[in-house]
Parts: sequence; C-alpha cells; structure tokens
Amino acid sequence: MTQLHTPSLAGALHHPDGEKHVEKIGVRDLRFYYGQYEALKGINISIPDRRVTAFIGPSGCGKSTLLRVLNRIYEMYPGQRATGEVMVDGDNILDPNLDLTKLRTKIGMVFQKPTPFPMSIYENVAFGIRLYDKISRADMDERVHWALSQAALWDEVKDKLHQLGTGLSGGQQQRLCIARAIAVRPEILLMDEPASALDPISTAKLEELIEKLREEFCIVIVTHNMQQAARASDYTAFMYLGELVEFDTSEKIFTNPSNIRTRDYVTGRFG
Amino acid sequence: MTRVQTRRITDIVMTVIALAVTSLVLLILGAILWTLLSNGLSALRPSLFTESTPPPGSQGGLLNAIFGSAVMTGLAILAATPIGVMAGTYISEYGRNSRLAHIVRFVNDVLLSAPSIIIGLFVYGIVVVQMGHFSALAGVVALAIIAIPIIVRTTEDMLGLVPDALREAAAALGSPRWKIIAKVSYRAAFQGILTGVLLAVARISGETAPLLFTALNNQFWSSNLNAPMANLPVVIFQFAMSPYEDWRRLAWGGALLITATVLTLNIFARLLTRKRTGRS
Repeated sequence: MTQLHTPSLAGALHHPDGEKHVEKIGVRDLRFYYGQYEALKGINISIPDRRVTAFIGPSGCGKSTLLRVLNRIYEMYPGQRATGEVMVDGDNILDPNLDLTKLRTKIGMVFQKPTPFPMSIYENVAFGIRLYDKISRADMDERVHWALSQAALWDEVKDKLHQLGTGLSGGQQQRLCIARAIAVRPEILLMDEPASALDPISTAKLEELIEKLREEFCIVIVTHNMQQAARASDYTAFMYLGELVEFDTSEKIFTNPSNIRTRDYVTGRFG
Repeated sequence: MTRVQTRRITDIVMTVIALAVTSLVLLILGAILWTLLSNGLSALRPSLFTESTPPPGSQGGLLNAIFGSAVMTGLAILAATPIGVMAGTYISEYGRNSRLAHIVRFVNDVLLSAPSIIIGLFVYGIVVVQMGHFSALAGVVALAIIAIPIIVRTTEDMLGLVPDALREAAAALGSPRWKIIAKVSYRAAFQGILTGVLLAVARISGETAPLLFTALNNQFWSSNLNAPMANLPVVIFQFAMSPYEDWRRLAWGGALLITATVLTLNIFARLLTRKRTGRS
C-alpha cells in the first residue's frame, strides 16, 4: 500500500539545513471531481511557507488539478467540485461562504502560457492592485516598479511601460505575469508549468527568479520537467493517478525515494 | 495512362475550372461596379450633396435622403449596439453551456436570416399602425432589429476567441466576474466587436424593404423623427423606376454613394481584423 504522508508526518519534515518548516497550506482528504470522474482521490499534504514545493507526475496524474483547487479557480467551470479541507492560515478555503476575491488576493497564480492582458505593461501590473486599493499615482508607480523589479523585468521594460504587454517576448510576458501576480503582495504563489512555453534562456531566468522569490512567498510549482523540480524546489510531491504517492525533500525524492513508483518515474522508467 | 498522369490531368482540369469560376464571380462584381461608376459618376456633382430631391424635370440632389439615411442608420446602431453586445456577452460569458444560451443563440440565428421585408412588415404592424402614420422612428426600429442579431453574433464569436487562460488570470487576481468581462474580455475582443458593428452599419445602410413600410420617403428636407423621412434606398427605388431622366441619374448617384460607403466600411472592418490577428 502506498505510504501517504499524513499532515503530522509532513509537519515533522525538516529542511536539509535543519530548519523546521511552517505549514502554509494544509490539504486534508481532498477529493476532486470533473463531473463523475474522480481526479483526486483523497490528497493529504502540508505545504510549507517560504519554500518551493514542486508537484511532479505523469500527465493526467492530477497535479494541475490540485494546484487549481488551491485558489478555487476551477469554480469558473460548471461540473467541477472538490470535497475535503484545504486550510490556509487556519481557514478552510473550500468553505462556500469564503470571500473568493479576498482569498485570491492572498494567492497569486501564474499559468502555463503567458497571459498578459491586452493593455500596457504598466496597466497589466496595476490591474490587480486597482481591484482592492485606491492608491495615489505616485504610490502606484512605486508599486509597479517594485513588482517589475522583483520579477527581474524592470530593466528590460522601464522605457516602454506604456507599450502593450502582448508585444513582449514569451519569456518577458511570463515574467510580466509574475510581476502582476506579486504586485498585489500575495503570500502564496501558484505556478502551473510556468516554463513549459519558454526557451532555455528564459527558463533559466525564471528559475533564478523562483530562487529569489522563495524567501518571501510560499511557492507551489507544477512541472513536467524533473530537472527543474530537482533544481528549483525544496520539496517535491510525486503524484500518480490522482493520488499523492510520495512527498519529501526534493533531495530525497530525486536521490533516494522510498516508493518504487517514484523511483521509476524520476529515473525516467515511465511517464 | 499511368496513375500519375491521370492525377496530373485531373489536377490541371480542376485548377482551370476553379479559376474560371473565380473569374466569373469577379467579373460579376466588376460589372456591377463598372455599371455603377459609368452611370453614377455623372451624377456626382456638388448639388447632389447640397440640394434636396427635386420634383420631376428640375434640378436637385439627394441631401435629404443622405441626411435621412445617416440619421436612421446612426440611431439604429446606437440602439442596437448595447443590446447586441450585451446579449452576445450573455451567450458567450454567462450562459456558455446553459439551455437558455442555446435557445437565445438559435433564435438569434433565425433572426439573422429573417428576410428584411418581414421585419419591415412586423414594425409596420407594431409601430406604424399604432402611431397611425409612417415615421423615421419606425424606420430606426426596423433597422435596429436587423442590426441586433449581427452584433449579437459577432460579439459572441469574438468573445469566444478570447482564451479562457486570460479570464482565469484575471479571476486569479481576484477580479469579480463583471470586471473580468469589462476590463479583460471586452478589451481583448474590442476590435472584433467593432468590426461587427461596422458590418451591421454596412448591412442596414442599404436596406430598402424595411424602410418602405416604416420611414417611407419624403420629398422634402425633414429632421422630424415623428414624420416620414427621406432615405437613400427608398429614393433610389422610387427614382430608378421613374420615367424621368433626372431622377434616374440621381438614383445612379445614390446607388454609387451607398456602394462606396458599404465598400469603405467593409475594407475598414477587414483592416481592423487584420490588425487584430497580426498582433497576436
């Protein structure tokens, strides 16, 4: 039988440097359905704050689905529902009475394909801020500057802030999307295969960026690329057929996994 | 004959047929434009734009008809655009796969292909008969009814082209639904929706049948919406059928004017869509 990490067990996980991790997202017995189809079959995972957690697994294993539950984005589509508990800072975010817009200020998301809005670079970054805050022009300039710098894009776009965001290169667009997501100062950053549409150089930049951002955010990244998970994440969760097979430090998952299926997958024997 | 030879011959024959048919279509279009230009150009003089329609045998222009067409088309579009855009938004953004959206889409398609004379008769029944007289207002209503389904359809199609990823990205930032639509979907689909509105203008600016039953015609200058109003299509209809040489020349001039307008609008709409696809 597959060894699933219970929250208490995961909570006892130690970062390689010996520092105990603090739970940011606690998922308990999460089941997810597309219509009748059960895509997640009881997931339990404790995702640490200020660390990078990667979800890996073959196509259709439910890793993106799990990510899409964490900010309830799946609710945009009829027929998709989740049961169980997803605790973020003590609140169950699956509670239907929860204020979704408030939840989503706390949780930013970056998608597989860059999704710049059809407006200027500046407006793209300001978009999320304007949803909650009425701040002065100067403060807004400040915040846009901060977000673009955080996303390592400022130097490339500082002279063309008022040009269309859609005119940037793919890698720049993706960093713009990251800037847009962190401009609202979320606590959690969800990334759904953020590098899959990027060339190697842009991917390297993106990984550097993740390395920098992990100090301030709880980052959850779904990736198909195992080298990327090994390089960029502190913890890795291996999923298979809607179940969480193994969750541990990335070092352990990629060097000495406990589960045979994890080993087969990370060594490239299937998937 | 070998198979390769047969194929080669079929290829040549088919290419020739396709080219011949294409040239036929272009020839028809060319002939129409040529007839319009050769007959209409002589009518294009300043008086066409400065004088109203004359009694038979005297000089005049089409000022009242141009004005009437512009006013009625303009008002009809002003009325049809918000209704059409909102209905299209419902089908594409809110309804999606709901039953109601399917029904609305089907009804809209029926309306889209309804013969315009029937819409004219309908408005005659509900507006003209009720008011007791023909009026520009009834013409506006009829034209708006023709324009709405075109705008609904293009709005729906264009919003359908906006990738869901964009909506998800806006939702993930915490946008409420209406803000996603207003700030992201509409912006992304703006040029497409505008194209739909322009095509609707092109379509209704040449409609004759619905105006015959509603705005009718007016020999004189009138800006009263509650009275019959002159308009290009009906004036062309009336003048072209007349035995008077001057009237017939004015009719050619009017026909050339409408064609030029519609052609310009179509080219403009085309350019807008090209710009849109070129960027993405």
